[in-house]
Amino acid sequence: MNIHEYQGKEILRQYGVAVPDGKVAFSPDEAVKVAKELGSNVIVVKAQIHAGGRGKAGGVKIAKNLDEVRAYAKELLGKILVTHQTGPEGKEVKRLYIEEGSDIKKEYYLSFIVDRATSRVTLMGSEEGGMDIEEVAERTPEKIFKEVIDPLTGLLPFQARRMAFNMNIPTKLVNKAAKLMLGLYEAFVEKDASILEINPLVVTGNDEVVALDAKFNFDSNGLYRHKDIVELRDYDEEDAKEIEASKYDLSYISLDGNIGCMVNGAGLAMATMDTISYYGGRPANFLDVGGGATAEKVTEAFKIILSDTNVKGIFVNIFGGIMKCDVIAEGVIAAAKEVGLEVPLVVRLEGTNVELGKELLNASGLNIVAADSMADGAEKIVELVG
Amino acid sequence: MSVYINADTKVIVQGITGETALFHTKQMLEYGTKIVAGVTPGKGGQVIEGVPVFNTVQEAVDATGANVSVIYVPAPFAADAIMEGVEADLDMTICITEHIPVLDMIEVKRYMEGKKTRLVGPNCPGVITADECKIGIMPGYIHTKGHVGVVSRSGTLTYEAVHQLTQAGIGQTTAVGIGGDPVNGTNFIDVLEEFNNDPETYAVVMIGEIGGTAEEEAAEWIKANMTKPVVGFIGGQTAPPGKRMGHAGAIISGGKGTASEKIKAMNEAGIEVAPTPSVIGETLIKVLKEKGLYEQCKTH
Repeated sequence: MNIHEYQGKEILRQYGVAVPDGKVAFSPDEAVKVAKELGSNVIVVKAQIHAGGRGKAGGVKIAKNLDEVRAYAKELLGKILVTHQTGPEGKEVKRLYIEEGSDIKKEYYLSFIVDRATSRVTLMGSEEGGMDIEEVAERTPEKIFKEVIDPLTGLLPFQARRMAFNMNIPTKLVNKAAKLMLGLYEAFVEKDASILEINPLVVTGNDEVVALDAKFNFDSNGLYRHKDIVELRDYDEEDAKEIEASKYDLSYISLDGNIGCMVNGAGLAMATMDTISYYGGRPANFLDVGGGATAEKVTEAFKIILSDTNVKGIFVNIFGGIMKCDVIAEGVIAAAKEVGLEVPLVVRLEGTNVELGKELLNASGLNIVAADSMADGAEKIVELVG
Repeated sequence: MSVYINADTKVIVQGITGETALFHTKQMLEYGTKIVAGVTPGKGGQVIEGVPVFNTVQEAVDATGANVSVIYVPAPFAADAIMEGVEADLDMTICITEHIPVLDMIEVKRYMEGKKTRLVGPNCPGVITADECKIGIMPGYIHTKGHVGVVSRSGTLTYEAVHQLTQAGIGQTTAVGIGGDPVNGTNFIDVLEEFNNDPETYAVVMIGEIGGTAEEEAAEWIKANMTKPVVGFIGGQTAPPGKRMGHAGAIISGGKGTASEKIKAMNEAGIEVAPTPSVIGETLIKVLKEKGLYEQCKTH
């Protein structure tokens, strides 16, 4: 789960990490009000969307007075921002972060990530701040430093200092920078983050070390123990069908094709998409109904697929293990009866309780095309959708 | 022979009184798995499906001599359950539970350092040695005894591959689902090493997916060490970057973890990669014929 920059900075403040003063605004009037309260000579107006690259896309403006704040707020609110992370359709700006300007002397990069190779949280830092870290990794990999963190001790002060020295933070500010890193790590662990990126971290004219941006990503598996984080979820930033699916613990991702897919297991769901594409079709979604799905969940999954008006046919591909085929069949039948099925439906069932599932489907009187295998099913649905 | 588990393996079901665990305990017993104990704290003394239930893993081990456990405990308590199995010095613990927070798994991995127990999973279908021992949630009937090892990051895609092999008359030694989480116990290389050393395994099917670099590392290991042919498949070839495809580990980010990079690395290591999941079996048969192993691997 992602949150906005202003929400991330609010969390960082709780952990003693220095961030510039600022507040969220939903209208130009609010923006001006916040700017007045801040009383700074320079005010930064920042578009709040869940995507990086906002600066380059024109989503960050520097205002010298309140009139400029109002003008920029008007310009940005409602604007569709297209960054390298939003995709070509972009994202509409609905919130602004109004922040005091910072006297930046130098920009740095810091992040905490879960590293699969070491099974550890890893701190990464570089003196090449403010730009895409992938670019730095490609051009000057020697300027990226890593500290692997032992979960039993957490980030140790000497590791944080070593990182600060490696990043060429001015010697007199190394302790300040190290303290900030320790605060970031504490926030990362206590909130079950999976990514925390500060880009840029800055050293200011009056010798402060400040997090000028904050990008948090939270481990969705850890959210059950963080009600405060769940409350920060911004539904405007997410696909309506994905929100609906998440209510039922379904793993659903919207795609731009016209063949709806319902599959159990993420790997098989991906493979089903691959197979549909192989036969010349285009999947409308990724949908993993998961292991412990009930008939009701399957029904909801079916409804979500059908709510996509692009869907011209559905392929159900189930290889039952923990998921039982009869449960899938019951759910499909209930959904088809409830919402009315007007598009072709191809079903492939295999695995736990497969005979029971097939019997249920046969007895349902629904117009279902049975498939013998994943390839057979994919070929059939691609042909039926045309 | 086989890897990890066989007809002599004595199994504990951790969380045996849960609905899913009960269903699969019955299925495992039907398959012939020697389930000697269950563990649910506070339910010690009960007998479920003929299996005695204990309050702790250590009690279960002491009373029954069990050497492997399978975990169906809900996600918030699963990390603790794994560590309890490790503390009891089991040879192996297989964690089926999905949605365990990644920071919990980081702690588990740290706790396991220097200890004896091997962890498979979490978020995996389990391990099965055909006709001998089934531990997990995979449907038993699709497996046939034979000479091909299967290792996979995905549960249902493993079933798909195994089913194809069985239908094509190619039996299996052991199928190992290592799970789709970014931090897990057993990786491709661990399992490949076992298959390489197992005299009954003549060839291996390795099924990966987008995200991370586990397949690339495995390919490098295969190139340097593997004496048996390996056939592969990578799921998510058409997945768009930046979208997490269900598994916490399955995401293409920062240009890393794409299917094409993985396939390239695998091809360079001499691994034949099936272009679609439906031809994993066919691809293996083709390679077995080329290597002169087909007749030995055919079960009927």
